[in-house]
Amino acid sequence: MNEIFMNIGFWVLGITAVVSSLFMVTRENPVHSALWMLLTFFAVAGIFIQLDAEYIAAIQVMVYAGAILVLYMFVVMLLNPKSTGFIKMPFKVVLGGVVAVVLFVQILMTLMGTGVIKSTQLGNINYPEGFTNVKAFGTVMFTQYIVPFEVASVLLLVAMIGAIVIAKKD
Amino acid sequence: MLTLAHYLVLSAIIFSIGIAGVLIRRNLIVMFMSLELMLNAVNINLAAFSNYLQQMTGQIFIVFVMAVAAAEAAVGLALIISLFRNKQTINADEINTMRG
Repeated sequence: MNEIFMNIGFWVLGITAVVSSLFMVTRENPVHSALWMLLTFFAVAGIFIQLDAEYIAAIQVMVYAGAILVLYMFVVMLLNPKSTGFIKMPFKVVLGGVVAVVLFVQILMTLMGTGVIKSTQLGNINYPEGFTNVKAFGTVMFTQYIVPFEVASVLLLVAMIGAIVIAKKD
Repeated sequence: MLTLAHYLVLSAIIFSIGIAGVLIRRNLIVMFMSLELMLNAVNINLAAFSNYLQQMTGQIFIVFVMAVAAAEAAVGLALIISLFRNKQTINADEINTMRG
């Protein structure tokens, strides 16, 4: 019974993610693109929950849907650009599509080449006794990966200062 | 039955849509959005492998990818704003001052 729900959830979330990302790249108006991207982010957050990554799903909604998307919306509203939709030449649009399809087929063939395609069913992550997702995540993050964590915080500081310096009027 | 391959193919599809978006669209903001889409596809991959290998390392990497995505969005949008202030356009085809 549980497995049936997992299957239904996967197909609903996956199709939502693919369709909304298709709409995102094909809408002329950037505001519509941003709203379709919001739907994609929520579908991907659901997929993270299916993969036993509850904490990641939460920060997906908070950071991507909450912060990054609002930043995009601010810039779209601020600039209010004249419609600059697609490449004018249809030939180049077709070329872009063909490149994307070729890349997709190439990834599929790589998957076929490895044993990954015949992998067994995904289960739940087995945590040690008394551990939940967030506790296991924090334990690994703040012991094994503490230095990369600090470097990431410096990166965010640099990005913040850089954004202020670049965007301010001289 | 859901296997690792389901999630990998899903992320491959989303990644390809992101590539197509960067190549087809000329609006710089939408091109940046497509980049975010590609990073999201990579995140699905990392989460799937984290489940498959029963390790938390994949999920740690997702957080770093998100930090880089946030930094990239902040700096990129600042660049777009300063570009728009100087050239009154965000069409990638019209920004060709450095073309020889």
